Amino acid sequence: MYSNKVMDHFQNPRNVGEIVDADGIGEIGNPRCGDIMKLWIKVENGYIVDAKFKTFGCGAAIATSSIITELVIGKTIEEAEQISDQAVVEALDGLPPLKMHCSNLAAGALKKAIADYRNKQNVS
Amino acid sequence: MELIYLDHAATTPIRSEVMEAMLPYLTDKFGNASSIYGWGRQARKALDDARASVAEIIGADFNEIVFTSSGTESDNMAIKGAAWEYRNKGRHIITSSIEHPGVLNTMKSLEKEGYEVTYLPVNAQGLICVDDFKQALRDDTILVSIMHANNEVGTIQPIAAIGQIAHEHGIIMHTDAVQTAGALEVDVNELNVDLLSFSAHKFYGPKGVGALYIRKGIRLVPLIHGGNQERRRRAGTENTAGIVGLAAALELADKERPEFTGKMIHLRDKLIDGILKIPHTRLNGSRTQRLPNNVSVCFEFIEGESLLLNLDMQGIAGSSGSACTSGSLEPSHVLLALGLKHEIAHGSLRLTLGKDNTEAEIDYVLKALEPIVHRLREMSPLYHS
Ligand SMILES: Cc1ncc(COP(=O)(O)O)c(C=O)c1O
Ligand code: FES
Repeated sequence: MYSNKVMDHFQNPRNVGEIVDADGIGEIGNPRCGDIMKLWIKVENGYIVDAKFKTFGCGAAIATSSIITELVIGKTIEEAEQISDQAVVEALDGLPPLKMHCSNLAAGALKKAIADYRNKQNVS
Repeated sequence: MELIYLDHAATTPIRSEVMEAMLPYLTDKFGNASSIYGWGRQARKALDDARASVAEIIGADFNEIVFTSSGTESDNMAIKGAAWEYRNKGRHIITSSIEHPGVLNTMKSLEKEGYEVTYLPVNAQGLICVDDFKQALRDDTILVSIMHANNEVGTIQPIAAIGQIAHEHGIIMHTDAVQTAGALEVDVNELNVDLLSFSAHKFYGPKGVGALYIRKGIRLVPLIHGGNQERRRRAGTENTAGIVGLAAALELADKERPEFTGKMIHLRDKLIDGILKIPHTRLNGSRTQRLPNNVSVCFEFIEGESLLLNLDMQGIAGSSGSACTSGSLEPSHVLLALGLKHEIAHGSLRLTLGKDNTEAEIDYVLKALEPIVHRLREMSPLYHS
């Protein structure tokens, strides 16, 4: 039911873990099934230089978490902000219809991490 | 890679002896049992033999067995058939909150027709309390339907006690014995039941064939109208090969039960004890009132689908009650009824043994499971090692 790309990211998830001195942290729960994702980003000169995640969820949730870290690393905050649920799904060569909502997790956590980063910038 | 099938509560393969018994009725002996000539008589004889054999095994009479298309159909036929037939006596039905959808959704449909249904709660082990049942009885209660054993957590209910009380009140007693027929000794008189459903594919018979025991004197409005088959209780040309397969499979299960039960309980307990050594893991259901082949556990901090995918990559087939595997994105109603929180039910795993599983397979599973659980926990934001 899952594409090879999904299975690859599920079996060998990229960038699992936490960033101790992260510049932005986003945590989001999936209201549909109760899964949770947490994303840490490190930002230098407006560029996301590192991203790590932890996810409590299904195969699709883990794969979307993994691929979004790949998608954001090297992008500017403004570019990363443009990444949609759809872009995450496409990067994984699609998801089964019942699993489309799982991609919200990754895109949502990213938006929150960016908002958190901006908040911290404004404060300091 | 070794392939280890541990989902026998979902379905089982057809045994070779059963296949052999069925084959003639899919080829040469293809006649319609209602026909008068040799081919017809051949099919009729096969149906009669199957019915006699099934009846004997469950302590019933020949005419008390109706063959159906599935356990689900048997459940529907028993519940709707009795509710419709006896609607002038009352409109109240008692069931449990952990029934199979074949029962639960049938109840929901009757509620839409104006019947009232009481869903008895279960305790943390998944057991119904007989006192709760007594409390739920009403003057207009016409039917009780409680499953013999639960398909997810394996809890065996006190059916004989409940059936006795139902009978003292003149109420019809149905049990869904889909998980117990073949696996346990099932005797309709010892269980005090009037209606009992079972399904061949759970005991090494073919899919798409089931049976319903209907105690003499109980009338049911048929679901399927048509010809005179099954004494007009269930119309449609009989699935001769399937019915022959059901009977052959039940005979074998009945004969070999003493040999397999002990072995299965040993492997079950080994699997349970091994899994519970993993920290933050709990057993679902009862340790004692439990099907010989059922292992159901929850691993905290991880999700069932990702666990199943990992097991599958190692050749191990199991199932889960996690929301992410359910299709409805709701966690299993059974695990919730046991009082588990959503996030705990999320990490559920059910492994159900069959007669051919070996000790070596259980060792392999236990060895594979630990690192998978560890890896998924390391990935979980809820887990702090
Ligand atoms: C307890 C129980 N009842 C009913 C059924 C339905 O049986 P069938 O698959 O033959 O429709 C099953 C199995 O799926 C079951 O486990
Ligand atoms: S996140 Fe639960 S179904 Fe995917």
